[in-house]
Amino acid sequence: MRQGEISLAGILALFSLYLMWKSAELPIGYMRGQGPGGGFWPFWLSVGMLLSCVAIAWNWWRGKSPASVSDEPLMDSFGWLTVLHVGGGVIGFVALISVVSMYGAVCLFLVYYLRFLGRHSWVLTLVLALFVPVLLFFFFEGAMQISMPQGLPFTQPFFDMMYDIIY
Amino acid sequence: MEVLSFLTSGVLTALEPINLGLILIGVTIGLFIGAMPGLGSVNGVAILLPITFLVPPASAIIFLAAIYYGAMYGGAISSVALGIPGASTAVATTFDGRPLALQGRASLALVTAALASFVGGTVATVFFTLFAPLLATVALNFGPPEIFALMLLAFATFVGLGGDDIPKTVFSICFGLVLATVGFDTISGEPRLVLFDIQGFIRGIGFIVLAIGVYGIGEMLWTIEQTRGEITTTNPKMTAKGLASDAKEAVQRGWKGTWIGSILGFFVGVLPAAGATPGSLMSYGVAKMLSKTPEEYGRGSPDGVAAPEAANNSASTGSMLPMLTLGIPGSPTTAILLGGMVMWGLTPGPRLFIDESEFVWSLIGSFYISNFAAVLINLAFIPLFVWMLRMPFTILAPLIFVLSIVGGFAASRSMHDLWLIVIFGLGAFFLRKFDYPLAPAVLAIVLGPIAEPTLRQSLLLSSGDPSIFFTRPIAGPITVIAIILILLPAIKMLRGKRRVAAD
Repeated sequence: MRQGEISLAGILALFSLYLMWKSAELPIGYMRGQGPGGGFWPFWLSVGMLLSCVAIAWNWWRGKSPASVSDEPLMDSFGWLTVLHVGGGVIGFVALISVVSMYGAVCLFLVYYLRFLGRHSWVLTLVLALFVPVLLFFFFEGAMQISMPQGLPFTQPFFDMMYDIIY
Repeated sequence: MEVLSFLTSGVLTALEPINLGLILIGVTIGLFIGAMPGLGSVNGVAILLPITFLVPPASAIIFLAAIYYGAMYGGAISSVALGIPGASTAVATTFDGRPLALQGRASLALVTAALASFVGGTVATVFFTLFAPLLATVALNFGPPEIFALMLLAFATFVGLGGDDIPKTVFSICFGLVLATVGFDTISGEPRLVLFDIQGFIRGIGFIVLAIGVYGIGEMLWTIEQTRGEITTTNPKMTAKGLASDAKEAVQRGWKGTWIGSILGFFVGVLPAAGATPGSLMSYGVAKMLSKTPEEYGRGSPDGVAAPEAANNSASTGSMLPMLTLGIPGSPTTAILLGGMVMWGLTPGPRLFIDESEFVWSLIGSFYISNFAAVLINLAFIPLFVWMLRMPFTILAPLIFVLSIVGGFAASRSMHDLWLIVIFGLGAFFLRKFDYPLAPAVLAIVLGPIAEPTLRQSLLLSSGDPSIFFTRPIAGPITVIAIILILLPAIKMLRGKRRVAAD
């Protein structure tokens, strides 16, 4: 944890410097007759971020924060594996939206999570994996009139069928 | 007496079968739209606006105002049951609502939210009834320096919200404010902070993207990692007797927050451009500051749920005031309501109370009825929302992820934003591991678009002289209070050190 805290502060300080540089693409000072330039506000806020990182490092050096005096690892192997399975599942879910449509991705994500991570029965998994996307379809496309991504062309027959129902 | 007679006639109009029916339908629709992460009152009002041409103007605005009310009540449901603030106005409700749900006391949190919302809405309606034209004139005196001073006051309360590690809190505030500047410079119209030259950033970063990333993904990952996937909520049970005892406890332990939120929320809501979010946040901060047990805040204090909930309802009523009396919308939802009024042939402004008094008083009457209907409908649905929490966590968690992603897309209609949600979620998880408070960042991204233009306009007014924030009669005291609040933790720390040295 101790090493992690100072590493994170270092990364955030670098990010703050990047934001300062990026903000400076627009004027950061006061322009007569026009007021502060477009980069003024984000530049000085980024300076605030950088100074906060310096203060965080100072506190770390003095051992003032709980993480700075902890010799424990950031996460054990179980923690990393859990984050990998769940976080990876969410990344896979978003990646699949452009392929199998939003509703298809919801269905596949629920099968993955409920069956393989949650170890629920196939019956419960399939009921929820089919029922939830259909319910979401009627709510968003029917009631709220918000179109979700439809993925690659092979999903079109499914959408045609569902639109026939709601229109 | 004249007001009372107008009000009676307004209430009677609101109680006509068609209007009462529209109120009940509107409140119920609003409740469910508000409870869905990513959707808020603005979606409901915008989508249902065309339907209102089927009924007379008074019934139409009563219907839309009922949706607005219902959505304000519904925002708390998402914050408590799912841990995701569905709308910016419900961010502060998450601070104590979610801990209460994790302790198996979701029903107490939801009942407190419902009752506080009712009181907030009713108090605001009474203020509205009595002082509408007067307050509209006062609100007009709030120029850019005053609004910026108010934002500064809101940021000052963040410092108190962020816990003991002040540098991390300040980092979080600055980070949220910088994210709010991504996209276009609203004054010069030039692209700004297009990060890593990725074109998706030109659209800017919406509040909901950060909120869903932090709460819907990051917080969930953190909970799963901390609890090793075991069920985290104690088994909440819901009975009629339980509901009654929760209501009693909500009144006993949430009354102070309710009153603070009701009064403060209304006055912040009345100010053009401020709205319900700063109102709810400031009420939370003030309730915590005035509490005898501030350490309970953030761990499941009913006062911590009551203050923001009373405030957001009170502010939503308050924000109708500049819309009706001055024609200035205080929030995106009231902007759509304003558009609707213009389409129905009504002209909002000072003469509306004279020329269309029947319409105005029907609307005010409907506020009372909508509030009453909303609290009853909300209480009736609480068992359903609590039942949701009884699901095994391995079912609830993927449903929350699904709602986060689908809701995130519904709000922004952009795949770029969905990837940002994932990145923010993973980033929030690691920041949380090192005790970085993330709520200030979420609130800062909401208030940033108000703070920056008002600061720049103020400095333009004063030719770059920052003393404008101290010399104006309204801005000055607010700025001074904000600075004292910002310095308070440092003063406390110094006093503590001196005391230790003296011992």
